[in-house]
Amino acid sequence: MDEDYDIVIVGGGPAGLAAGLYGARARRRTVLLEKGVIGGQISLSERVENYPGVEAIGGFDLAQTMLRQAENSGLETHYKAVLGLEQTDDLWRVKTNDGDYRAKAVIITSGADYNRLDVPGEERLTGRGVSYCATCDAPFFAGQEVAVVGGGDSALDEGMFAARHVAKVHLVHRREELRASRILQERVFADPKFEFVWNTVITEVLGEEQVAGVRLLHLPTREERVLPVAGVFVFIGHHPNTTYLRSLVSMDEGGHIVVNEWMETDAPGLFAAGDARQNSARQVVTAAGDGATAAVAAERYISDRFPVE
Amino acid sequence: MTMTKPKEVTDAQFEAEVLKSETPVLVDFWAPWCGPCRMVAPLVEELADEYGPKMKFVKVNTDESFNTAASYGIRSIPTLIVFKGGQPVGQIIGFRPKNDLKRVIDQALAS
Repeated sequence: MDEDYDIVIVGGGPAGLAAGLYGARARRRTVLLEKGVIGGQISLSERVENYPGVEAIGGFDLAQTMLRQAENSGLETHYKAVLGLEQTDDLWRVKTNDGDYRAKAVIITSGADYNRLDVPGEERLTGRGVSYCATCDAPFFAGQEVAVVGGGDSALDEGMFAARHVAKVHLVHRREELRASRILQERVFADPKFEFVWNTVITEVLGEEQVAGVRLLHLPTREERVLPVAGVFVFIGHHPNTTYLRSLVSMDEGGHIVVNEWMETDAPGLFAAGDARQNSARQVVTAAGDGATAAVAAERYISDRFPVE
Repeated sequence: MTMTKPKEVTDAQFEAEVLKSETPVLVDFWAPWCGPCRMVAPLVEELADEYGPKMKFVKVNTDESFNTAASYGIRSIPTLIVFKGGQPVGQIIGFRPKNDLKRVIDQALAS
């Protein structure tokens, strides 16, 4: 049996929570489907300091506040993983790992996930020394040496957090210079705990039960060596979680959904907001703005398409 | 539903409360600064109610009981470990939905 809703929202980050708030306040029967943690990427942020009106708050607490506010307005939240979408007549069917939903409009807010190294040993040792969140896991490497991979803002931010706990951070970057903002670069270059490993990629994560090291490849010389570290923190960008929508809507090469200024995709009744869409500024506040816009547009679409007789 | 609050266990109590327990024990390794740990905590409380006396549920604060966390190689939290007869028989790293937790617990209980 399908469950019937006016609006189904896929993903419980700031975009989805804002869409849920607006959908519920429009008195549309609205459900938000989340496969993991409410808040998405921000639930891992130690502090959010750029959400207007809130001077500083833990990312998890901000997300929980958004959830409570939306649920108090009537949003339902179900913890399920969406497997695919299908259009049947005027309605959308949303297929999950635990039953299907029918909706007049669907708002995609499935966000982005971090890129993995895709090298042997990485998956097996995730949570056993391989980590994608220094603010979560760095305290477990107190006094030890770790590798941080990447050259952008998050690599440096998280690397500096790790440096507060660990003995040494080996920053492994495939280029000769960092991409991160100047102010962060100045800080890491001045930090005596940082060692820089330029023009180098990791080709394997080594270790049996725990990470014992990484195999490095120096790109210009093709020389390999093993760097003994207890942890590997990976920050090499993000990709949108949109593979389950392929062939349904237009996307760019990176898998971001193409939308207009009302967050409408090229499929009627299907909207996309936040990091999953093309040209997102990838901020909490812009994701929330997108979510509100998408819900307003979805409400308008439902009123036009399904007039009450 | 009555919420059963899992007992907080320290390094000093770990052997008596977990390793020597007659019933299987699920240990929730957590820390106050860990966001996803706070998502897992209410699920563990619900599971404690559902499993009743078949299974014991405890928490270890990794900031305070560092030795226990280190001896089980905890490198990421939340981590849940199921102990049976003093041995770890199941492990879940990171936040996972309740049904996934139940599956691992049931497998561990049946092992």
